[in-house]
Amino acid sequence: MQVPILKQGTYLIAVVQPDLSDRDLVALRDALVERVGTHRSTGVIIDVTALDVMDSFASLTLSNLASMIRLRGARTVIVGIQPEIAFTMARLGLMLTGVTTALDLEEGLAYLGRSDPRSS
Amino acid sequence: MTTETDKLQPRKGSGGPAGTSLRELVLHLRQNGTQLREEWARRIAAGKLLTEMTEAEILAETTSVYDNYIAALESGTLEALETYARSLSERIIPRGVETHEVVGIVLLLRDVLARSLINSDHGSFERLNAILNAYEPAANRIVITVAVGFVQERERTIREQQEAIRELSTPVLQVRDRLLILPIIGVMDPQRARQLTEQLLRGIRANRAKVVVIDLTGVAAMDSNVANHLVLTVEASRLLGAKVIVTGLSPEIAQTLVNIGVDLTKMTTVGDLQGGIEEAERELGYKVVPSDDVVAAT
Repeated sequence: MQVPILKQGTYLIAVVQPDLSDRDLVALRDALVERVGTHRSTGVIIDVTALDVMDSFASLTLSNLASMIRLRGARTVIVGIQPEIAFTMARLGLMLTGVTTALDLEEGLAYLGRSDPRSS
Repeated sequence: MTTETDKLQPRKGSGGPAGTSLRELVLHLRQNGTQLREEWARRIAAGKLLTEMTEAEILAETTSVYDNYIAALESGTLEALETYARSLSERIIPRGVETHEVVGIVLLLRDVLARSLINSDHGSFERLNAILNAYEPAANRIVITVAVGFVQERERTIREQQEAIRELSTPVLQVRDRLLILPIIGVMDPQRARQLTEQLLRGIRANRAKVVVIDLTGVAAMDSNVANHLVLTVEASRLLGAKVIVTGLSPEIAQTLVNIGVDLTKMTTVGDLQGGIEEAERELGYKVVPSDDVVAAT
């Protein structure tokens, strides 16, 4: 199942559903990296609130996704990681290095708004 | 009196004659109550038991213990005594009375009463035997009941206190909008560390915190497991979008953290709690100014 990508101003927002397969995630990554260019977006928010498992593949893919999007000239925020998942990830060493994280969608938008060079 | 005829019967089994002996026994103990109580109180004082309580308190408690003891002997049921033992324990545990004291005084009472039975005028050796046969099992049951009641009550108290300590041990306090403080005092064991993580991550969610100050001033040392857990908690908080500032690290903990070789660059540490809160305020864009300066500026 494909993850819907919403366009909100200069940002792209993707809300993932609970049963996200590895293939869906890769598809999401490719779609986002593509769309960042076509919409001239400055920020990408990926909302993982519904996700109840975050394995090493998922966190690596998200990490790569953030790096790729940075290279395409936008920033990425991962929002809505559940407390239990956060601790499990920390224990497994899945640190999402170099990726900005925020509490929820609102926080993510606030972060992008604060550090947006074009908005001010 | 019908008991007169019963008395003369040789003791067989534990039916009527034992009941008679018990009645006779209770009568004897009732009649000599004051004297026996005094003897008992003397023995308690000689044994240096119940030193935490005043003489008047000891007198009051011994009187009621004595009455309950006799009542239990008389009725043969232990329910009333159990209830009494529990309420007695409730009263005396906060006074610092120890298990050996409680068992000691009940055993003393048993001995005082047994001695008095032996010394009393009982007629024949057989009669004494019958009375002691009735007395000893009942007395032992009473000792066990009181001791078990006391220990259970104490365990219950300890459990309650542990529960209370556990709840108090990791408070998550909001000091400003989106700023949480976790003061940690005492020994950090793995269980407490787990609890801390859980409370913190939940607290971040519930209060929508952006910055958290964990104050470890009250923690002298922690083992490498707990230190590692702390680092993981900081990382997990970052994944939730909150920044953690650790303050008041003791030299020992600092050494532990360096020795376990974790990446400390991701951990913000400030010397003391004040510095930590100031740093957190800067992070959140607060500026604390003395009110005089504000007045002067306007």
